[in-house]
Amino acid sequence: MGYPHPIHPKETPVLSTHFGDAAARSYAGWVERGGYQALRKALAMTPNDVTEEVKASGLRGRGGAGFPCGLKWSFMPKNSGKPHYLVCNADESEPGTFKDREIMRWTPHALIEGCAIAAYAIGAERCYVYIRGEFTEPLRIMTTAIEEAYANGVLGTNVMGSGATIDMIIHRGAGAYICGEETALMNSIEGKRGNPRIKPPFPAQAGVFGMPTTVNNVETLAAVPHIVTRGAAWYKGLCLGSDKSTGTKLFSVCGQIQRPGNYEVTMGTPMRDLVVDMAGGARPGRTLKAVIPGGSSVPIMTVAEMEDCVCDYEGVMAKGSMLGSGGMIVMDDSADMVYQIWRLARFYAHESCAQCTQCRQGTAWTTKILERILRGQGEQKDLQLLMDLSENMTGKTICVLSDSCAAPIVSGIQKFPEEFEAYISKRRQPALSPA
Amino acid sequence: MSATPGAAPHGHETAPYEPVFVGPALSKLEALFAQYPTKQACLLPALWMVQDARGWVSESAMAEVADVLGLTPAFVKGVVTFYTMYHLHPVGRHFIQVCTTSPCGLCGAEDVRDAILEATGCEELGRTSPDGRFTVIEVECLGACGFATPILIDDDFIESVTAERVPALLEGYE
Repeated sequence: MGYPHPIHPKETPVLSTHFGDAAARSYAGWVERGGYQALRKALAMTPNDVTEEVKASGLRGRGGAGFPCGLKWSFMPKNSGKPHYLVCNADESEPGTFKDREIMRWTPHALIEGCAIAAYAIGAERCYVYIRGEFTEPLRIMTTAIEEAYANGVLGTNVMGSGATIDMIIHRGAGAYICGEETALMNSIEGKRGNPRIKPPFPAQAGVFGMPTTVNNVETLAAVPHIVTRGAAWYKGLCLGSDKSTGTKLFSVCGQIQRPGNYEVTMGTPMRDLVVDMAGGARPGRTLKAVIPGGSSVPIMTVAEMEDCVCDYEGVMAKGSMLGSGGMIVMDDSADMVYQIWRLARFYAHESCAQCTQCRQGTAWTTKILERILRGQGEQKDLQLLMDLSENMTGKTICVLSDSCAAPIVSGIQKFPEEFEAYISKRRQPALSPA
Repeated sequence: MSATPGAAPHGHETAPYEPVFVGPALSKLEALFAQYPTKQACLLPALWMVQDARGWVSESAMAEVADVLGLTPAFVKGVVTFYTMYHLHPVGRHFIQVCTTSPCGLCGAEDVRDAILEATGCEELGRTSPDGRFTVIEVECLGACGFATPILIDDDFIESVTAERVPALLEGYE
């Protein structure tokens, strides 16, 4: 449901059914709502059958990359003789995205159940849930829920009487966007700076503590119990667009919009339905100008591009952007695109781990150049310089933070050149005072 | 690049250092050792324990943590300074973090920030108010963009803050 709003007729609530229902937070409340039946069912299956079911459902990673979940699980070695780890990525920090927070706040046991099923499937006896440090409320709620799960035998040494051991440990982050990148996250668990690692080796070969590891996003894991209970065919049938994008997805619609919230829709739903029908479109007296559809790290779309875009991995890609995390930042005609792009670049400059030159230098210099333009001190050649820098920031670094900074800059200059020109030609008053 | 807004120089202890990890705190840390295959993995949790106990992480505390976990003080410092939430100097009795990243910025977060600076008397980001009550910083995306503007006062996560709401919100924090 479009929490904090009532369910919209165009939504398909699966994960969000109990958002806003505080009674669903407790173990007893969760069991009353059908909770932990999926885990019981999974424990009676072989781990391989669980993985195959998830593979057949078409579930793809909801953290942003969209990698097929069951396939990722199948990469875990069999009989390796080593400890395996499941890591739940609850470091939700992508600007525009606030769905994992709601899953943890309202349905912590849905996440615990999903984690337990995934851990069983990949042969992991331990799951680390990495929650960003600023999420004080989800941290508190998850801590309580895990204690309850242990007390009721759904975690621990004999999960639901199956003989399986599954331990779950919360690891609190301490403020670093980059720790949402899975290899940085693993370093952070290990007690290191959150610098991303070069891949390969991939986590399934050598992940956290050098052991076979699967990292899944909160929303991905929360979908797993539904797939186990209702079957892969049901999940796969939730599809309005490309058959490569199945199930439901939470879209966090925010920014300059009438009803910001998390809307859960079937993959392939028109973007216009989300932005205009569900989230209410532009505020009174305003018109929509742009949408960043997948969290701040993807190319900006114009309203014209949004109008006939389909919300699935393929549909958004066909429009030159990415579905990403599903965090939709909406901007209306009052938004200053140059200012907003500068603010995003500043975000990436602040969050760069600084180990790759292109990123450390690129995020800082693009921020400075955009700042110069906003001070009314920009020159025509600055636009080409921004494009050149962006090109050198794309596809050249260990992780994609640098690419993420370049995406809004390049798309912004290409799609809203007149706003940059207005500052450079001094037709527009500087937004920032001179340095 | 220029210093991060809100950054301040590292603080110094003003009294002889009293160790954090003695008695119950040490037992609590040792209990964590069972949750990870290495002691080093307890570094972030140990630093949180230090900050909870002392309000900030001093160089002496870093040395103590290093000693307890079998690491070098330089390594610990490298980790502490990587993460934004560990305070490298003492802060006010209440620590306020205002999200001003784009989604909130589009909805007036900068006005909320200015209202908080004014109401607290901090005047500048990163500075502590003259009465020692508040320190205010800007924070990057708090992950509650649909509830612009979210702020954190200590561990209290407050949604949908507007400039007008600020003075009343601060009343409970003495």
